[in-house]
Amino acid sequence: MTMLRLFIAFLEVGAFAFGGGYAVLPLIERVIVHRYGWLTMTEMTDVVSISQVTPGPIALNAATFVGMRVAGIPGAIIASVATVLPQAILLFLCGIFFFREKRSATIDHAFMSLRPGVAGLIAASTVSIFIASVFLSTSPIIIDPVVLIALVVVLILRIRRANIFPLVFLGAGIGLIGGLVEYLTQT
Amino acid sequence: MPLIREEFVHKENLIRDDEMLELIALSQTAPGPIAVSTALLTGYKLKGRRGAIVGIIAAILPPLIIISILYYFYTWFAANFWVRAALRGMSGAISAIMIVAVYDLAKASLKEHKVISALILIAAFLTSMFTSINTGLIILALALIGIVAFRYVPEEKKP
Repeated sequence: MTMLRLFIAFLEVGAFAFGGGYAVLPLIERVIVHRYGWLTMTEMTDVVSISQVTPGPIALNAATFVGMRVAGIPGAIIASVATVLPQAILLFLCGIFFFREKRSATIDHAFMSLRPGVAGLIAASTVSIFIASVFLSTSPIIIDPVVLIALVVVLILRIRRANIFPLVFLGAGIGLIGGLVEYLTQT
Repeated sequence: MPLIREEFVHKENLIRDDEMLELIALSQTAPGPIAVSTALLTGYKLKGRRGAIVGIIAAILPPLIIISILYYFYTWFAANFWVRAALRGMSGAISAIMIVAVYDLAKASLKEHKVISALILIAAFLTSMFTSINTGLIILALALIGIVAFRYVPEEKKP
């Protein structure tokens, strides 16, 4: 019974989570915190904090976390599957339609506008990510020197076609060195 | 997005940048986490339905495993000074990687119909940046604009 409720709750989260990123938070709050009472608001804040320090979408992190709390590892699996089921079904149907060999002229025309449009949308989220990362969390106008150094170093290496994965670790290393400097100057 | 692109566009040369933009556009129309949708569609594009299933399972597994483990000491982890410090540097690295990815994708998207495409790119950027209109609606509007506009634009001659 608990499993069924868990499944239905995250099916709803998955089906109505449009917009990506933090847009899913009010939905999780309504369903998981208020309707089912599986998390307190403080615990939900903790889930958001972990999501900031781990890869993976917030909705799936929340599903795993709540699933673990309610029914252990099987719960985590059920909640995760329920979260992605609506989009999986929808995109499967889409896929049958879109990945046919010949596309109609109408769909081609739609994609001719979608390609530059999506590039514009990604540019907008890049600007948001840039602004959110490069300024200090304590002040909206002072640039975080550690983030800036990591950004410039990685940008130069990336333009020269270095691989992404080592670059992300390099960023973490620069962050740790920055943390060490901060730690030493404060003590 | 840059990670999926790195694997499939650069390393393996299985998908072109303009096809990647189409997959991302489709991903935005479905609910749920966008990374999961992009993984599913990338799998679908390459290996059909089986590829889609592999894509979606592979996209669920990392958060499932990581959060299951972190569940037991999440408060310590989320507040840890060193975790936060590493994350600061990583966020700078991710910004840089995104900037390069956007440049490449924009260039790929402006290959044909340069002027109209550039106008669409700028309009989408401004709408997303300065209004709170849902991304799904912007995608829908872009598709409709394309269907109406490109019906009357003569095809470019391929060199």
